[in-house]
Amino acid sequence: MAISVVAIVVTRNLFSVIVLSGAYSFLMATVLVALDAVDVAMTEAAVGAGVSTVLLLGALHLCKSEEAKPVHKPWLPLAVSVSTGALLIYGAWGLPDFGDPDAPIHQNVVPRYMENEVDVPNVVTAVLASFRGYDTLGETTVVFTAGAGVIALLRRRKKGPEKTREKA
Amino acid sequence: MKNDLVLRVLGRLMIPAILLFALYVQFHGDFGPGGGFQAGVIAAAGIIFYALIHGVAATRRLVPDGVVETMVASGVLIYAGVGLAGLLLGGHYLDYSVLSHDPVHGQHRGIFWVEVGVATTVCGVMLKIFYMFASRGNSED
Repeated sequence: MAISVVAIVVTRNLFSVIVLSGAYSFLMATVLVALDAVDVAMTEAAVGAGVSTVLLLGALHLCKSEEAKPVHKPWLPLAVSVSTGALLIYGAWGLPDFGDPDAPIHQNVVPRYMENEVDVPNVVTAVLASFRGYDTLGETTVVFTAGAGVIALLRRRKKGPEKTREKA
Repeated sequence: MKNDLVLRVLGRLMIPAILLFALYVQFHGDFGPGGGFQAGVIAAAGIIFYALIHGVAATRRLVPDGVVETMVASGVLIYAGVGLAGLLLGGHYLDYSVLSHDPVHGQHRGIFWVEVGVATTVCGVMLKIFYMFASRGNSED
C-alpha cells in the first residue's frame, strides 16, 4: 500500500496514477476486511476501485494525460502534512487498544445498539437506517445534491453546444 | 470494445451475477454485511461494466436518461416518504415502530424501505455522473 502511495505521488502520468489509486483502494478494502468493517470494505471496493476509477478515466479522456510541473517547490505543504501525520500518530498512541471491550466508546450507547430493540442482526444496518435515520437521510440528500450538481454543470445546453465545448 | 470476444463473454457471465449480488446485498443487508448504499453502487458498477463493453449509446438505450434521473429523485422521496408515513401514523418523523402493529416488524419494514430509497438514489447518481462524463468524452472525438 505504501509503495502504491509513493508511486502515485512520484508518477507524472495521470493514467498510471488512476490505475494505482484503484489498486490502493483494493488494498484499503482488504485492510478494512481485516479490521472487521466489511460494510465499509464493500463500499471501498465498489466505489473507490470500481466506479471512481472509471469516472476518473472518463475525466482523463477530457484533459491531458501528463501532470503539469508544479509551479512552487512542495516543501511547505510537505512539512504541513508530515507534521499533521506525526501529530495524528502521536494522538493515536493515547487511544485504547483495537477491540478493547473496556474502551469508553463501548460503554456509552453501544450496549443499547447491541441489545438491538430493532432486532436486526446486522448492527451497522440498524444504526444507519434506524438509530441514525436522520443522518442517513442527510447523506442520501447529499448524494442527490451531488448528482443534481453534476447534471447542472455538465448538461449540454440545447442552444449553444459550441460554447460548453470551448470551456472544456 | 464490442468485438472483443473475451470481454463480451465475460460480461455475459458477470453482469447478471453482479446485479444479482447487488440485490442480495440489498435485501440481505439486515442479516449480513451490506445495505442500500453498497447495493446501489454495485448495481451501478454492473451497468457501467456493460457500458464499457457495449458503449454508452447502447447502455443509454437499455437504461434511458429519464429512468436514471427519476431514480435520482425518487430515492430521496422514498426515504422522506417513509418518514412522513411514520408521521401520518402517529409517530415521530422517521419513527419506524408505528409502521406495523408490532414495533419490531415496523422497524424492519421502515429499514427495508429506507434502504430501497438509498439504493435507488445512489445507483441513479452514479449512473448519471458516468453518463455525463462519458457522453462529453464522445462528443470531443
